[in-house]
Formats: sequence, structure tokens, C-alpha cells
Amino acid sequence: MSTPSSTTPTIIQALRVQGRVIYALMMREVITRYGRHNIGFLWLFVEPMMFTLAVTLLWAGLRLNHVSALPITAFAVTGYSSILLWRNMPARLIGSVLPNLALMYHRQVKVIDIFASRLLIEFMGATISFIVLTIIFATFDWMSLPEDLLKVIEGWLMLTWFGCALAVLLGALAEDYEIIEKLWHPLAYMIMPLSGAGFIVDSLPQAGQDAILWLPMVNAVEYIREGFFGSVIVSHYDMAYMVEANMVLTVLGLAKTLKISREVIPE
Amino acid sequence: MIRLRDICKSYHTSQGQHEVLKNVNITIERGEKVGILGRNGAGKSTMIRLLSGAERPTSGRIERSMSVSWPLAFGGAFQTTLTGYDNLRFICRIYGIDPTDKIEYVQEFSELGSYLREPLRIYSSGMRARLAFALSMLIEFDCFLIDEVVSVGDARFHEKCQRELFEKRADRALIIVSHDMAYVREHCSRLCVLSQGDLSIFNDVDEAYEFYHRAIHLQ
Repeated sequence: MSTPSSTTPTIIQALRVQGRVIYALMMREVITRYGRHNIGFLWLFVEPMMFTLAVTLLWAGLRLNHVSALPITAFAVTGYSSILLWRNMPARLIGSVLPNLALMYHRQVKVIDIFASRLLIEFMGATISFIVLTIIFATFDWMSLPEDLLKVIEGWLMLTWFGCALAVLLGALAEDYEIIEKLWHPLAYMIMPLSGAGFIVDSLPQAGQDAILWLPMVNAVEYIREGFFGSVIVSHYDMAYMVEANMVLTVLGLAKTLKISREVIPE
Repeated sequence: MIRLRDICKSYHTSQGQHEVLKNVNITIERGEKVGILGRNGAGKSTMIRLLSGAERPTSGRIERSMSVSWPLAFGGAFQTTLTGYDNLRFICRIYGIDPTDKIEYVQEFSELGSYLREPLRIYSSGMRARLAFALSMLIEFDCFLIDEVVSVGDARFHEKCQRELFEKRADRALIIVSHDMAYVREHCSRLCVLSQGDLSIFNDVDEAYEFYHRAIHLQ
């Protein structure tokens, strides 16, 4: 029989416990959300894939090709996949503390672990969906593989960071202010057409380009597209600005999370 | 050992700050059986959450040099769409123990049999309580927290729990928080009374009883 350690843990032990808790929460969340029947946890990426597929077919059907010279399939896949990342992460964290309050009777389970487990699930779902769709479409010659894979990965990770930081901030704020939950969904819809998913910045007039790049995710979407199409398009981005924006969101989000973890009352 | 030092706890309410615990001090040694008596609303559950580490005090320090359980037989953390087995695995994962050799024990002790593989929403309340108790016995804590009288299942199962907890684990520390004088008296060597935010500690059981009795009727 095992005895839980009772002395003050070292940083390595603490990280091990946190890893264990996050993994346990992830498994619990995945089984709860997708169950064991039919394809089970595969829904994790089949669900976002279906969304992306639907949007891709819609865009292709509406012949939005005239927007740019880019192949519509690759344009839709990169665009909609990026929306999944920054839009779903906050949606999953807002209101995630309440249903898990009782779990916090186990001392090692903290608010940040609940956040981390849900973010990891979203990241995995969106990423696998992105990769699988790219491979499928490339196999059928509907789109070509990225010219600069490293750049795509960098852009994708920057977008992930942005999504996580925004999600943690909104998730933590939502514990204190109910209005966040009400506001996020309409706000996300409003930002969606501005997020760079449905257009390329180069097609805008100069003033519009400068304005739109204030939205951090637009920079990452442009960066990803440059990685994909490189020579075909002119991309506009300022990754240093995006790092700054992400840092600010991260610090604010973690500070707010720390505050609510101190005040949380397990049910 | 668990030591509470100058613990204060207050909550925000719509009527302003509500102070539940005022300057509470107590030390619980290994193997010690401590009962904390209090009326409804005296702050017993707050004490349990502070002792288990689920919640932080507003001010003061808590030192722990022994491992402390979650409230015994607590079933609130169950996810009812999951099976008993899933919930068992969750507990094992967060405490870092291997579930494979625990399945049989839980299956047998909880008397759930093949129901362990069914979702909790089809369990009766008795079945849930039996599972919760069995899961509480999975981790060998140094100190077990008991929030109110443990009454799980029928008389025979109740006896089984008593044996598992008070006999097989007689060397562990126990903290029982309850309003039931008789229950606390049966299992504890040291009694405390929680009244109006103050924790009074008694070494003499009768003295504690008298104090508690007076505290009940004064309010």
C-alpha cells in the first residue's frame, strides 16, 4: 500500500504530482465528454475536423476563390483550424470551475490543473484535426503540403499560446464576473470575420492592414499562411508584438487565476 | 502532526464579511483521535476543508507533517456519467497509485460486483455510498477526516466499515467533526467544541460535554 508523501515536496515532486493530476483530469474529461461508445475519444479530433470540413466545402462551393489567388482548400483549412484554437479554448474554460468544485476536496487538484487539462484537450483536438485534414487533402491533391513546415509549427504554437492565455484570463474572470460568459460568445462571433481566417491582410488597404494587425491572432494566421504558401503571397505580421500581447494576457490570466484559487470554496 | 496557528477564516456575503473562525489554534499528533463538536453553522465544514487543505485560511498558518485524507466517504466528487471503475481510476491517478491491484478490493468491499463497470447514475444512493467508502480506504493516509457520522449501507456493511476504519487503521490519526456527542465520544480521546468562531479544547470528556451542552442552549 502506498503512503502519500507528507513532507514539503521538492519542485520535481510537485511537478510530478501536477502532471499526474492534469493527466487524470484529462482522461476524466475525455471519457465524460465523448464516452466509450462508437468512436469514443476519436471525437476529440473528428468533431473539429467535421467543422473544418463543412466550412471548407461551404467556402469552396460559394467560390470564394476570387478573394485571393490561393487555393481555396488550403485557405479554408488554415483559416478555420486557427479559429478553432483561439475560440474554443476560452469557451471551454469559462464556467469550468463550478462543475469541478467537488474535486477540489482532493488537495492536489487546483483551478490551474482544471484549466490546463481542458486546454490540452482543445490543443490536441485542433492540432490533430489540422494535421489529419492537411494530410487527407494533400493525398487527394486538393492542397499542397506546407513550403516551410517549421514556420507553420511556430505560427501554430504562437496561436496556441494566445488561445491559452486568453482562455485562462477569461476563465478566471468568469468566476468573479458572470457577464464574461454572456459576452464571450457574441464577442467571438464578432471577432471571427476579423481574425484573418477569411481574408489575407495584403488584400486590405494600408490603413486596414495596420488596424487589423492589432488583433494578435491575425499575426499568427498570416505567419502560418506564409509557412504554407510562402512564395505565392505577401504576408504581414509582427511576431514581436504578438509575443508582447501574449505575455500581457498570460501574466494577467495567471494573476487572476491565483486570486480565484485562493478564494475557491469546494462544494 | 497537523498544527493550526492563529487561523482566521471569513467569507464575503451580501451582508459584508462573515467571520467563521476566529484565531483557532490546535495541534493534532500522529495517531491521535480528536473530535470537534459544533452546532449546525458553527464552522465544522470550514474546519474540515482547512484541515484537508482544500481551502486556505484568511490568515494564520497550517503545518502538516502527515498526510491527510479527503473527507471520508465523500461522494460529491463523483462524475455520475462515469462508471465506478472510472472514478476509482481517477482517484488512483491523482494519488499516484496503480489501480490494477485495487479493483478486486473495491469490487468486493463495496459489494458492487459487476456494477463497478456501470455508470454511477444507475446506482442507488446506498451503492454510491458504499463505493465512496471503499475508495476512501484505497490510500493509506496518516490521518483520516470524518465529516459527520459515517453511516453507510445496512447494519452489516456499517460493521464492516467500522472494522476497516477503527480496527484495521487504529494506529492512524482521526479527526471527527460532528454534532453527535455520542459518536464523537465513542471514538475520540480529545474533544474540542466549536462555538461562535472559537475552538475550545478539552482533555476531559465530561467537561467538553458540559460546555457543548451549555453552548447549544445559550444560543
